[in-house]
Amino acid sequence: MPYAMCFLLFMIGLYCAVVKKNMVKIVIGLAVMEYAVNLFLIMLGFRVNGAAPIVDKTCYDPATGRVTAGFLNAAVDPLPQALVLTSIVIGLGTLALLISICIRTYEKYGTFDITQIRKLKG
Amino acid sequence: MSDIPLVLPAFVCIPLVAAFLLPILGSFGRKGRVVATALANLAALSLLAMSIASTNQFSVYNVGRWSIPLGINMVLDGFSALFLITVNLVSSAALLFSVRYMEQYTAKPKYLSLFMLMVAGMNGVVLTGDLFNLFVFLEVASIASYALVGFGCDDEQLEASFKYMVLGEVGSMFILLAIGLVYGATGMLNMAYISKAIQNNPTNVVLCFALALFIAGFGLKAALVPFHAWLPDAHSSAPAPISAMLSGILIKVLGVYALVRTIFSIFGISTTVGTLLVVLGVVNMVTGAFLAIGQGDLKRLLAYSSISQVGYIFLGIGLGGALLAAGASPVWASLAILGGLFHLLNHAVSKSLLFLTSGSVEMAAGTRQLDQLGGLAEKLPLTRASCAVASASIVGIPPFGGFWSKLILVIAAIGAGVYWAAALIVAVSVCTLIMYLKVHRYVFLGELSETRQQIKESRGSMAVAMICLACLCVFLGLVFLAPALRAELLEPAAKVLCDGVGYADKIMEFSKDMIVCAD
Repeated sequence: MPYAMCFLLFMIGLYCAVVKKNMVKIVIGLAVMEYAVNLFLIMLGFRVNGAAPIVDKTCYDPATGRVTAGFLNAAVDPLPQALVLTSIVIGLGTLALLISICIRTYEKYGTFDITQIRKLKG
Repeated sequence: MSDIPLVLPAFVCIPLVAAFLLPILGSFGRKGRVVATALANLAALSLLAMSIASTNQFSVYNVGRWSIPLGINMVLDGFSALFLITVNLVSSAALLFSVRYMEQYTAKPKYLSLFMLMVAGMNGVVLTGDLFNLFVFLEVASIASYALVGFGCDDEQLEASFKYMVLGEVGSMFILLAIGLVYGATGMLNMAYISKAIQNNPTNVVLCFALALFIAGFGLKAALVPFHAWLPDAHSSAPAPISAMLSGILIKVLGVYALVRTIFSIFGISTTVGTLLVVLGVVNMVTGAFLAIGQGDLKRLLAYSSISQVGYIFLGIGLGGALLAAGASPVWASLAILGGLFHLLNHAVSKSLLFLTSGSVEMAAGTRQLDQLGGLAEKLPLTRASCAVASASIVGIPPFGGFWSKLILVIAAIGAGVYWAAALIVAVSVCTLIMYLKVHRYVFLGELSETRQQIKESRGSMAVAMICLACLCVFLGLVFLAPALRAELLEPAAKVLCDGVGYADKIMEFSKDMIVCAD
């Protein structure tokens, strides 16, 4: 169910990016899409009542010298969190570039309406 | 074998270091800018030399000595080597051309820096063996290219850049969602391990959905036809050397390479997907060609022609994949793949040369509207000659490279019994001939207008870059008759695709002694 909601959020962002005529709204749509994907990634690693995935001395089984099964079953998956961090940084870069292009375009055309920004054709 | 693994990260590190060093050098006045330009060219040439040295080898490098599947690995196989050479060849020519061409813009060090970031991203995409790492490099290359398309900050360039960026980002989000789904379904991010996991569980619905998202996402980056709207705007608005980079290699690396690697090496080719690629390729070929003929702007015409030529590449690779999956005639399958890959190399060289000549024409005449040009043959002999060579190669006139690749595609299609595809390849070639005759007729023949009596041929680095690429167009045609290029470059690349998911075994075999026992 949370996955379905996440996908719905993605579709809302996609709809907004594709259908809206205002450049700023398109940028917002892209940002919503990106947050939906980030949310999806973070949910992949989520566990109810999970433990932080940090291995210390108490996590080792003294008999075998390996990490205990109890820890492995309780710990959340740390990898998606690393992925989301990277993806947020990339998203920041694209968002900054998108907004700066919006500002420069507004200076040139005096409008955010993409139906009026049509010097290119074909 | 011992020294090669150390070289693999250098393909990403050299341009990355250069990208951050060049603006610093550029801040030291005029001399600093000269040094920065020289350094950028040196970096591009050294990358080219390294990529030529890396042909026909197989090696794996574990970044930071973390063994897979825990760490990220870089993989060099025949398919990567072909793309490495193409990327670094076109980028060094385009960079040489921009030494003189970019004098008309301000902030040249920033341009060089973005250029190097784009090269770093593309080399990274080609070499990485990790799915999320592929996404990161893809974004590095894409963001640099969005900024470069809008580099002039004119009305049209900003508009094109925004359009390109919105569609490119939608594509990237599809890809990231697909990577998330794959990770959720297999618990792996390393391509080799994902491939193994998928073979153990081939009919997973989530994975099928992820594959569809990959095709849509990479298809957006490759400008496959329903998603092609951004390409003519972006490629025609960018500065000429950047158009050459975008059309010559960016759509191929971010689109063709990433999609083909995902389908062939990770998911494994099936008849359905192969047929889908053939259909997409054919639609691209026909739509691109018809739209190109009607264009009145030189660079827009070239951009639509790129859409058409990418169709040939997908047709070849898709046909080969469909035949492989069906298990029939592996000879024709590998021939079709070989033809597609050789056409990719030819198109990269000839289309980047055409965009460079369009830059030369625009610089001399001040416009790229076909109906305002004319009679430039006398004033721009070198530009005209190199444009003629590149057009001949792209149309497929013997003995230029494009003829051989189209011939291979036709033979493979006939051999496999797909006669309609062979007929379409020839028919679209005729359309391509018409559009390039139109270019020559309007740009170089006819009356020279009074106002243009004083225009001069481009000199210096622009001329050298055009001559080098023109020689290469001829060379690719001649050398294909000799077996060296085929054996060293094309056949290893085609073999990787024919092996398909055997990719995973090869990597695991190679890094067997390095894998720690993790449980």
